[in-house]
Amino acid sequence: MSRLSGMGGRLYRGEKSFNIIGNRRGFYALSGIVILIAAISLSVQGLKLGIEFKGGSQFTLTSPGATIAMGQQAITDSGITSETIVQKIGTDKIQITTKSLTNAQNDAVETAIVKDFKVAIGNINVMSIGPSWGKDITHKAIQALIGFLLVILLYLGLAFEPKMAQAAIVAVLHDIFITVGIYALVGFDVTPATVIGFLTILGYSLYDTVVVFDKVRENTRSITSTGKYTYSQAANLAVNQTLVRSFNTSLIALLPVASILFVGAGLLGAGTLKDLSLALFIGLATGTYSSIFIATPILATLREREPAMKALAKRVAQRGPQVPGDVVVIAGVADTSNIVTSTHSKENRDRGPRNQPKRRSRR
Amino acid sequence: MSANISKSIKSQAKPGRTLAILAIILVAFTALALIQNDKVKLGLDLRGGTSVTLQPRVAKGGNVSSAAIAQAVAIIRQRVNSLGVAESQVTAQGTGNNQQIVISVPGDTGTRIVDLVGQTAELRFRQVYAVGAASAKTTSTSTTSTTKVTVPKPGAKATPTPKASTPAAVNPTFPTGVTADLNAKFGLLDCTKAANRQGGNIDDPSAPLVACNRDGSGKYILGPAELVGTDVASASANLDQTNGNGWMVLLNFTGSGTTKFGAITTRVTKLPSPQNQVAVVLDGLVYTSPQINQAITGGNAQITGNFTQVQASDLANVLKYGALPLAFDRGNVEQVSPTLGANQLHDGLLAGLLGLLLVVLYSVFYYRGLGVVSVGSLSIAGGITYLLFLLLGKWIGFSLSLAGIAGAIVSIGITADSFIVYFERLRDEVRDGRSLRTAVDTGWTRAKRTIIVADSVSLIASALLYFFAVGDVRGFAFTLGLTTIVDLLVVFFFTKPLVTLLARVNFYSSGHPLSGFSAKSLGVVTRKDVA
Repeated sequence: MSRLSGMGGRLYRGEKSFNIIGNRRGFYALSGIVILIAAISLSVQGLKLGIEFKGGSQFTLTSPGATIAMGQQAITDSGITSETIVQKIGTDKIQITTKSLTNAQNDAVETAIVKDFKVAIGNINVMSIGPSWGKDITHKAIQALIGFLLVILLYLGLAFEPKMAQAAIVAVLHDIFITVGIYALVGFDVTPATVIGFLTILGYSLYDTVVVFDKVRENTRSITSTGKYTYSQAANLAVNQTLVRSFNTSLIALLPVASILFVGAGLLGAGTLKDLSLALFIGLATGTYSSIFIATPILATLREREPAMKALAKRVAQRGPQVPGDVVVIAGVADTSNIVTSTHSKENRDRGPRNQPKRRSRR
Repeated sequence: MSANISKSIKSQAKPGRTLAILAIILVAFTALALIQNDKVKLGLDLRGGTSVTLQPRVAKGGNVSSAAIAQAVAIIRQRVNSLGVAESQVTAQGTGNNQQIVISVPGDTGTRIVDLVGQTAELRFRQVYAVGAASAKTTSTSTTSTTKVTVPKPGAKATPTPKASTPAAVNPTFPTGVTADLNAKFGLLDCTKAANRQGGNIDDPSAPLVACNRDGSGKYILGPAELVGTDVASASANLDQTNGNGWMVLLNFTGSGTTKFGAITTRVTKLPSPQNQVAVVLDGLVYTSPQINQAITGGNAQITGNFTQVQASDLANVLKYGALPLAFDRGNVEQVSPTLGANQLHDGLLAGLLGLLLVVLYSVFYYRGLGVVSVGSLSIAGGITYLLFLLLGKWIGFSLSLAGIAGAIVSIGITADSFIVYFERLRDEVRDGRSLRTAVDTGWTRAKRTIIVADSVSLIASALLYFFAVGDVRGFAFTLGLTTIVDLLVVFFFTKPLVTLLARVNFYSSGHPLSGFSAKSLGVVTRKDVA
């Protein structure tokens, strides 16, 4: 572990650096391919919607020794002829899912279950969803999404810079699209809990992006006056400096979600917890990816188009042998064993905090 | 740098005090919670119960008015309360055309509740045949109706109608329209029992009806319905300025309503009391039964009778919305057995503990000595959250649902993230060559901003989720928002002061290998190494 945190130090000083901004085309292409796959699977397979969206009834009961055949028998007994799905969950749970039923039909199914499984009527869990309900919650989720994106655009525009807000929103859309695509591809059930998960991802994906952007803003504050680095170089340093932090925050956020997923899927079999945590898990992972590999490169692309930044890039290019858009090395000690693609000039060597006259530490 | 130093000196004087204040607040809250001696309120999905969400069916381009929703809530609440289950709730959620009515009844009521709330309330006007005391065996003609219907004529006084006293009690010849069968039913009806007043029974409009009034103080034999809710064009509560009799309800009928109301009033006004009363029956229960003082053929009527403003506007609402211009769709019915509820609670808590444990292990593993701070902060955050759940349950009826638990678990990560943002900043500052003591404050000024912005985004997200959503999603959004605020509190008033204090301890400031600040773990390359 100390190796990891030691690496944090090297990343911080820029001794070791991943050229993320420079390779942005590669990351864009990667995300583009994933999004393409997502779009194809979404249009071909579509999402597997839970009954909350389609309307229908779901009866769940716990009875030791319950079998699927017994569930089918109960359906036959109740006189329901429309399509039904009988599933076994865990060791002793049976779930019967039907199309939309009338009140009387609902009662008939319950009566049949009581008779066939010999369980008390109060021990049957029933969820029955009207056909228009799904439309309504979908509508609301979209409303919430649009409202959220607008408010965030405004807030980040004020708190940071308008271009940061744009880049952050692109990253969020990227996450949503990929998450939805994965759902379509794998065929996970989409329930309201999943929607909650999606919407939460928005917040979390932004949280991560905000942390990175905060550092970008700090690093780029005085770049035009110093003229040492281009915007992309400074941004790349920021991403590298926050890499360990991003890794840690994401891991720590994933741990509780993973434990919900473990308990929800492993022990409960299905339900709110599983649906929610699965969406969160996928979303958090893509959120972390996008805040590093998508949001910041887009920000750099946007800012590099500004005349001031173009001029800066020219100035930096003239200054030294550094390749524009390449990685900056602040401190001299080069750990070239890894990934560093920069060529650093001699006069670059003695810069950086480590080489500043050292204050006597007060120990 | 000098600014930083002076700043750090200033804030170094505070940490003890801040922690003490936090401790006092915590103790106060705990005491408050102990005094209330209550458990955290659990949602229906955790303790079992039935929840039904009704959606108004809106015609294209139609509107759902809040008044109509409020009226529907009142009608449904009346029905639900008749079940006598404690802590049943009927609430309206959402705004505009997205309003919904959420009914939640704890315990094992089964489908009864679904049947009960599913029916549409109907408003009907019926002639009163006979009235009686709530549990009387026979009809009586003595009436206490003090409400009157008249034609609103400015300045004109309501015609006082002498209350006719017909021979009381058991008459061998029943009043007009009352059959022996109806009389027998009437005798059996006991309006003092709440079960008989739950309404929701669809009454046959073409047949006579035996019904209770809403508060159970009397019962009625009523004629067939002569007008229905849709015959009422408008109704409003007004102050009776001409007669000075307080509040009254002005009623305006539609074209066909005018004809029908004209017919019934012309007929009954000649009859003796109580048959000169017309009952306003909502949902099978008599709301009011004003006496008709004159034939009203103009389509406008006023109901007077010592109303308070609230009573008058309630009555106006009943008349206006009684027919429920809102038909409801049964949006969502969820019935959770107490056993499954207990299982879900157990699993939710298990997931929470597991998540917490993993986070604690990782932060101790990675941050070593600083891990103590993060464990302490998480415990404080957890404690405050628990207390808030407890107190909010009491204050605003907050109840914890499974989605709420999930929200709280997710927030463990977000809370811990705030510490990480700060710790990493701190380490960056130390890497820059600052001493830990200085870094505590210079790092904080920067981390603070990041944490505030990031938490604001989280708060915005949960506020929007809460605003747009219903049911489960709301519970999730609420806990997420709440814990985000707790996170801010803890970081500012616990984590930061604690780190400041610890920075004075030699173990940390000297960069002990286990402190999380050792040169090795920070990757600080000291001069000596380079040389």
